[in-house]
Amino acid sequence: MASRAVSVSAALVVAGMVLVPVTAVLWRGGGFGGLGPADWAALRFTLWQAALSALLSVVLAIPVARALARRAFPGRSALIALMGAPFILPVIVAILGLLSVFGGKGVINQLIVPLGLTRLDIYGYHGVILAHVFFNLPLAVRLLLQGWLSIPAERFRLAATLNAPVWQVLEWPMLRRLCPGAFVVIFVICLGSFAVALTLGGGPRATTVELAIYQAFRFDFDLGKAATLAMMQLLLGLAAGLVALRLAPRDGFGAGLDRQVARWDGISRSAKVADTVWITLAAGFLLLPLASVAWAGVPGLFTLPPEVWLAAGRSVLLALGATALTLTLALPLLSRAGEAAALLGVSVSGLVLGTGFFLLLQPFVRPASVALVVTMLVNALMALPFVLRILRPGLDGAKADFARLSASLGLSGWALWRIVYLPRLRRPLGFAAGLTAALSMGDLGVITLFADGDTATLPLQIYRLMGSYQMESARGAALLLLALSLGAFWLFDKGGRVNADT
Amino acid sequence: MKALPFVAGLMLASAAAAETPVLTVYAPDYFASEWGPGPGIEAAFEERCGCDLEYKTGELLPRLLLEGANTEADVAIGFNSDITKKARESGLFAPHGLDTSALTLPIEWNDDTFVPFNYSHTAFIYDNTKITDAPTSFDALLNAPDDLRLVLQDPRSSISGLALVLWVQQVYGEKSEEAWAKLAPKIVTVTKGWSESYGMFTDGEADMVLSYTTSPAYHIIAEEDLTKSAAIFDEGHYFMVESAAKLKNSEQSDLADQFMAFILSEEFQTMIPTSNWSFPAALADDKWPEGFKALPVPEKVLFYSEDEAAAVRNEAIEAWRRALSQ
Amino acid sequence: MLTLDQITLAQGPFSLAADVSFNDPITALIGPSGAGKSTLLNLIAGFVAPSQGRVLWNGRDISKLPPSQRPVSMLFQDNNLFPHLAVWENLALALTHRRPNAKQSAQMKQALSRVGLVGYETRKPGALSGGQQSRVALARVLLQARPLMLLDEPFAALGPALKQEMLDLVAEISAETGMHVVMVSHDPQDAARIATGTAVVDEGRVSAPMPTRALLENPPAGLKAYLGATQAP
Repeated sequence: MASRAVSVSAALVVAGMVLVPVTAVLWRGGGFGGLGPADWAALRFTLWQAALSALLSVVLAIPVARALARRAFPGRSALIALMGAPFILPVIVAILGLLSVFGGKGVINQLIVPLGLTRLDIYGYHGVILAHVFFNLPLAVRLLLQGWLSIPAERFRLAATLNAPVWQVLEWPMLRRLCPGAFVVIFVICLGSFAVALTLGGGPRATTVELAIYQAFRFDFDLGKAATLAMMQLLLGLAAGLVALRLAPRDGFGAGLDRQVARWDGISRSAKVADTVWITLAAGFLLLPLASVAWAGVPGLFTLPPEVWLAAGRSVLLALGATALTLTLALPLLSRAGEAAALLGVSVSGLVLGTGFFLLLQPFVRPASVALVVTMLVNALMALPFVLRILRPGLDGAKADFARLSASLGLSGWALWRIVYLPRLRRPLGFAAGLTAALSMGDLGVITLFADGDTATLPLQIYRLMGSYQMESARGAALLLLALSLGAFWLFDKGGRVNADT
Repeated sequence: MKALPFVAGLMLASAAAAETPVLTVYAPDYFASEWGPGPGIEAAFEERCGCDLEYKTGELLPRLLLEGANTEADVAIGFNSDITKKARESGLFAPHGLDTSALTLPIEWNDDTFVPFNYSHTAFIYDNTKITDAPTSFDALLNAPDDLRLVLQDPRSSISGLALVLWVQQVYGEKSEEAWAKLAPKIVTVTKGWSESYGMFTDGEADMVLSYTTSPAYHIIAEEDLTKSAAIFDEGHYFMVESAAKLKNSEQSDLADQFMAFILSEEFQTMIPTSNWSFPAALADDKWPEGFKALPVPEKVLFYSEDEAAAVRNEAIEAWRRALSQ
Repeated sequence: MLTLDQITLAQGPFSLAADVSFNDPITALIGPSGAGKSTLLNLIAGFVAPSQGRVLWNGRDISKLPPSQRPVSMLFQDNNLFPHLAVWENLALALTHRRPNAKQSAQMKQALSRVGLVGYETRKPGALSGGQQSRVALARVLLQARPLMLLDEPFAALGPALKQEMLDLVAEISAETGMHVVMVSHDPQDAARIATGTAVVDEGRVSAPMPTRALLENPPAGLKAYLGATQAP
């Protein structure tokens, strides 16, 4: 399974699942479309906002993840799970949650304006960055936190006995290994931003490539242009991926014996205060908007129409299916080539990808009859880069530590995975499964292109409710979605941790 | 995979239903949802046709264009006036052949393909307990103090946003860009779609939101909330209409004709106000629900024909973009 | 008998040449660090391929065999046990990749009792002391029952008394089973304790093994320099 042929062909299959649909759209659109100055402006804005958002998310994640890694306090694991929630919220819900805190009439302004301070104006480029950091900081924190947890306890003990600077000898090398990858996945997510960038950016200055794609598709039905723009997204995502893979040095830490990480550094008063401040700030930044989403949802939660519950059930099944599919696809893709191929999936516009699948399937089946399957597949393609980023450092570590022992015991193929790699990857697998489940639960995805009345998912119902003025029910359904996503995430993540330490 | 039995179930279900004729109607997502007019219309029509009406939702025109002549659709309902030109040019649709003299639209309608079923006008909605001196003209809005907070939709991704741009074009013509520049400081932000804007408005993030003259009716009738009003402007309001058309290649041509005629019936039209939250296209106003009768209606209605709209659209959007990108 | 037939290995600036046979029941490899002792073991075990030459066991060429099919078991400097598997499961891997049958279970019990760890079956390595972990690894080597055991300083992290205990256990196992041992050591006392023959690895060359006692009493020049500081008066 780890053989080169398998991983290369898996990479080709995944690349094909992205490139073939996009090519189908391009072909149907009659070739590449011309781009105007507004499109190039959109491309420039897309690029720099994505780069800055990703950079800030990763830089801010470093102190937060470090604080979480070396502090034990009651509710720590619940906090970590909750902090992951922004990443999985439907965009519209997240925007309203953010505005309830940072908006003109938001909590912060209600606190500072009476004190005579200038009103905080969230709308502008800083708003776009703030929103993207809100969405992606949790992912960055989790990716880096994993890195900290992967440093074996023995190394901390060794550093403590030598009185060596932990930051220099252990943490910085770990961060050098993980940060480029984290940067790239977040950069690529931000490439596809549309509604968030527009709304928080305060208008057309914050036009992204994705909006141009939507416009080409919905208003002009210019498929050639839509596909051309999607190809540019692909190139950007791929370029970023290749740069990062090159930047990240490949060295492991050696295996520990899986004991709970105890540390001897960071016991000074100032370190404790700093950690507390970072955790509090991050928790406040991420949790206040969520609390507002939850609070606004309570009144509507108890009067939700049955269709919403049905859709919720459908979304749960969809999420489980997408999770199984993603993990199955991920294992043979755990290689450099696999990771590069998987980046294609998330960098390309979901709208174009969905349209491509629609074009390809339409001659053979009724698109609506495969709506959920296609949605599952697209969700899996979108989730793959995160899953691979989460799993690869763990697999590289397991290989570095146990490849010789496994080879001397004649372990290979599936037995090697079953006995060595999968158990070694238990923690990251749980995290990856939780993230995929939560992501596909909250993703509106391509279901809008295919859906019939009886295939609507929960996020789609939320949009429908909002579109019919039913704001209260929509808020209630959003709370339900939040609870389900978090629940799925928590269960999988927990499953990966149970007994993983002993 | 859990979906396989599910998909198989779907296929079985459609096979079982094949004995009664099926009329396939493509509709926008909001229309066919449980909270839109779709379900009521489906029940009423099925009662009289002895058939099975099925909605297919999604992006209406892109989907039809993707499927081309192979489309399953017999009827498509929910075209906004901005896409009828493109739809017409596709050659997918058949003339409706209906007598449209019963239409009660505020403009003249002589379209032989698209039958309107509801209309409204773009308007700015506000909370009348917070704003007591709402602007009564577009000029007054432009000259309002800059702390009046407006939220709009993007004309490149939203039909109401596009209608606003055309509205400004009608009112200010060549001076549109100046008008937008005056409006710009008051615009809090521009959103992708109507739902985001309206959510921001009901959350108190904006004082006025770009919506429709009929929006207050929802609050009045469904929530008994009288605090939402539409600001009516002297210059007139841009007219927004949704229409339906029959597919040329429909295999259920008679049923499709029946449905097109049903659209203009009183039974259909009386369902529109309180499920679509807009004015019915063919119903005298004495038959409207009380909440609708009480709505202030603009005296003057502005509208571009689809050809005129196509001619000015790009320029109007560009004026908007330039002014708001400053 | 293990024969390294005109072996050369080049990895960048590093090179190693060996053309020797190891006949003693226990042979030690000593020499300065970085000289290539571990590399030589990896070469014998099949983790590193030589640029030229052959590895022979009792005259049979094993150069082309994958590590698991060589007549070799090996203990590494660390990571000799899978931390997520209990002692019992770690041992079972020597015999099968599935659930062990009754006969295999009996063998495992015997091996465990040989290293004095009966009752520790369900413990995970993290819950064992360093010495106990080494014993489990040795039990597995016993179960693998390969004619040649390679030791890449697996006991380096143990205290002196414990290390001697482990070396004695290795010597006993070698004597009981007839297993040959090739061990890397940077401590001449380890070699003196159990190895009958010792080969010096220095400046990219592997010398022919000599009787350990004689070698240590009368070291050649290169070895003398290396031993200098460690030979306490």
